[in-house]
Amino acid sequence: MKAQVTVTLKSGILDPQGKAIEGALKSLGVGGIASVRQGKVFDIEIADGDRAGVEARLREAAEKLLANTLIENYDVKLIG
Amino acid sequence: MKAAVIVFPGINRERDMARTLKLASGREPAMVWHADTALPAGTDIVVLPGGFSYGDYLRCGAIAARAPVMGAVQAFAAKGGLVLGVCNGFQILCETGLLPGVLMRNAGLKFICREVYLRVERSDTPFTRGYNAGQVICVPTAHGEGNYVADSETIARLEGEGRVVFRYTAPDGALAPEWNFNGATNAIAGIVNARGNVLGMMPHPENHVETALGPTDGRGLFQGLAEYLDRAA
Repeated sequence: MKAQVTVTLKSGILDPQGKAIEGALKSLGVGGIASVRQGKVFDIEIADGDRAGVEARLREAAEKLLANTLIENYDVKLIG
Repeated sequence: MKAAVIVFPGINRERDMARTLKLASGREPAMVWHADTALPAGTDIVVLPGGFSYGDYLRCGAIAARAPVMGAVQAFAAKGGLVLGVCNGFQILCETGLLPGVLMRNAGLKFICREVYLRVERSDTPFTRGYNAGQVICVPTAHGEGNYVADSETIARLEGEGRVVFRYTAPDGALAPEWNFNGATNAIAGIVNARGNVLGMMPHPENHVETALGPTDGRGLFQGLAEYLDRAA
């Protein structure tokens, strides 16, 4: 089984990197972009376990390390 | 003063810190490896130095905060032991949860390496007793992620409880956006925990302690600590 954990900045948290990317896209002439927020994606291969157990473990991983829940939200998605 | 300097892979200011601790106390600090699970017997202050632990992977300080030695550091802090985190050390303390908030990318996106001015907000802590409240000190800074951020309740609590110990100001101590070079909330440069035994700060007082290298404004912090701990011992 594979899984993907996505970590994004909470709304209201200033994202200077996203702002810089947004500015660069505008200067490249890529039109129609209102704003950019930068986040992280973790592609994770699961060794064993049933779906419910795997999801619980990935949430634990996100809470303990992958995300700083003061400033970030996370989303766990099981694939296949 | 029996200091323990924690050494994580990727840290690069640990020798500057050790040199300054020795200068202030006359005693060589113990260098403690991140994989150790205990602090040397008799340790009375733990110092987390600056650098780039684990290459700043994931988030600054995130991996170091989960290193084996941090269990011992947390237990030491819970018993009231003094903990000082400078630069990456501050980031590690925030990631560990010993201090609230987080250090975000500098507002101007640039790594900033230069001398800055700090106003010492209070002198009644073990860390700042070598200064007068309101005194402005000049110390170097070198970081890309020092923009202190916390939710508004946390900021209100820090301010209300007088836990902001250092603030970025002009040389005369006035608050001004152009002197808050990293965009930190309320120009916060250093804070203590509720109990007052854990201090995190972004600038490097350990680098301004010898006349041969310029100003010595950082000395007060270490001499104050050494006197405090020697009196307690």
